[in-house]
Amino acid sequence: MRIVVTAKYVPDATGDRHFSDDWTVDRDNVDGLLSELDEYAVEQALQIFENSEDDVENTVLTVGPEDSKDALRKALSMGADRAIHVEDDDLHGTDALGTSLVLAKAVEKAGYDLVICGMASTDGTMGVVPALLAERLGVPQVTLLSDVLVEDGMVVGRRDGDAASERLEAALPAVVSVTDQSGEARYPSFKGIMAAKKRPVESWDLSDLEIEAEEVGQFGYTEDLDYELRDIRSDISGCDDKIAKVEEELGDRSAARGASRPHVRRWTEMRVYGRRKGIPSSSRPSQRPCWR
Amino acid sequence: MSILDILSDDEQFMVRTVKEFVDKEVKPVVQELEHANTYPEALIEQMKRLGIYGLAVPEEYGGTPVSTPCYVLITEELARGWMSLAGAMGGHTVVAKLLLHFGTEEQRRRWLPRMATGEIRATMALTEPSGGSDLQAMHTVARKDTDGYVVNGAKTWITNARRSQLIALLCKTDPAASPAHQGISILLVEHGPGLTVSRDLPKLGYKGVESCELSFDDFRAPAEALLGGVEGKGFAQMMKGLEIGRLQVAARALGVGRAALEDALAYAQERESFGKPIWKHQAIGNYLADMATSLTAARQLTLFAAREAEAGRRVDMEAGMAKLFASETAMQIALNAVRVHGGYGYSTEFDVERYFRDAPLMIVGEGTNEIQRNVIAGQLVKRGGLDA
Repeated sequence: MRIVVTAKYVPDATGDRHFSDDWTVDRDNVDGLLSELDEYAVEQALQIFENSEDDVENTVLTVGPEDSKDALRKALSMGADRAIHVEDDDLHGTDALGTSLVLAKAVEKAGYDLVICGMASTDGTMGVVPALLAERLGVPQVTLLSDVLVEDGMVVGRRDGDAASERLEAALPAVVSVTDQSGEARYPSFKGIMAAKKRPVESWDLSDLEIEAEEVGQFGYTEDLDYELRDIRSDISGCDDKIAKVEEELGDRSAARGASRPHVRRWTEMRVYGRRKGIPSSSRPSQRPCWR
Repeated sequence: MSILDILSDDEQFMVRTVKEFVDKEVKPVVQELEHANTYPEALIEQMKRLGIYGLAVPEEYGGTPVSTPCYVLITEELARGWMSLAGAMGGHTVVAKLLLHFGTEEQRRRWLPRMATGEIRATMALTEPSGGSDLQAMHTVARKDTDGYVVNGAKTWITNARRSQLIALLCKTDPAASPAHQGISILLVEHGPGLTVSRDLPKLGYKGVESCELSFDDFRAPAEALLGGVEGKGFAQMMKGLEIGRLQVAARALGVGRAALEDALAYAQERESFGKPIWKHQAIGNYLADMATSLTAARQLTLFAAREAEAGRRVDMEAGMAKLFASETAMQIALNAVRVHGGYGYSTEFDVERYFRDAPLMIVGEGTNEIQRNVIAGQLVKRGGLDA
């Protein structure tokens, strides 16, 4: 199985953060690091690898300036197998919509069965990229999971709400995002740090991804995304045994972690809201995925 | 310019990883562990996974060896969080170095791979109830017979004794030898009949990890337990091992000093009196300036000794200087941090009182500072003074 983890290199939230003159992040005067929320995504990918009997290849992907390699390096040191760095001067100032385009093209080029994202970046904190990415890839999205399991071609997870927890699943290929409740990310071991040097890091630019400079950057053009309804359960009938088994395992893992929330299973249909670029955020529809 | 710039990229990453570990995992729990005198099981397990116990073990034996300056800075980070954590890996490193430099290939293969992961932890046993610094006067004797050695005697201040499966025991295999140091050997012993951990010593600080008395009563060790396979080399072997030990203790002092400075600096900016943050009062500002200046000097001295050691030179004098100066500096900084904190500095709800209790260990441990001065003076005369 091929897993791609999306990782963002962000300014240290404890540092003194500023905007540059063009209102993009001033990266020169603050230390950067792998977004802590993306560390959870890396951790889940590594756990899927460790718990799987099949071959799992973990690729970590980032889009950002030269220094973003530090984020890749950390993920590789934690245990990822390979890394892809998309870097291009024309990407400067790209927003979530443009980033999702670059990520989608890169994920397709890299090859994937499952994409794991953090729930949001710690700098932009919008949390929309996983949804946008799934939409562009045309695959199911299962967001904000606090528990992830891959089994028999399905990704299954738990989304914890205030009142109840939901069990969600989707057929692979799919995009998931994981929350900060999904399990503490490991520290890179010294062995991992040394081994990371030997793992491949590919560098791609926009031409490698067949993206025009006008599509991205601070003044990338406006585009529409169609609203779409999609049933993310590929086959409900005949799955009860499988679901029961998966639930049992998830229950065990939750119990081991001391969670005691009731689990509510729902047939899930997810609607993704597209977003029209250029509309002030106050008049945009809610970014929250809804289900019924 | 960061102090880390002297390290390779990989080693900088390692030190930063330990720093992150300390800030996220150690700092939030240290007060509770300290005051309950709780063994930090979970933190030690995390240190094992990080690779802390393999820092002095070559790759061919499963470790991730680092340069001596990197080792010093990693130790400093651990001690910045809790000096006891640095204490839980110091003796282990010395024993790893002893095995590496002086062990037979069989001894290395037997111990180092499991020491690298922390599966086996190691400590060393030097000090005796009747004295620590005067090692040649020790009373523990290992008598050779046909099956190996029969050991009798007592050791004290053996940190991690209960949790270390391997003890590098300094003892006399020839009590009649003259000069005495030619009758001293190191035995690699494991717990077994005749070896009793007789008690845990009560301590001013250095909480959470055990420091024990050991008694050997007709304890049997096989002939293969002799480090290097040749008797009479133990004193010289241990003196070499203690060079890294002293650097480690110096690094612990740096960590305690840095923690005390960091806390004092933060507090002096938050706390206000007479309408301004107290650091703006010259008396407090001067404390901070002196603390930072002396800490920087101690760090540079320690890193100098570490670089000399890395270059393969004899560093008993340099490591002694580093240990002497860094420990006295840490004590002074800890005291001044208490002053800066005022009444809060005397409260066990703040960390600075712990620094004040931990700092003296580095003054009396790993050869008292008085002994360090003897070593330094002796070397000065022997070497004809300092290099130009």
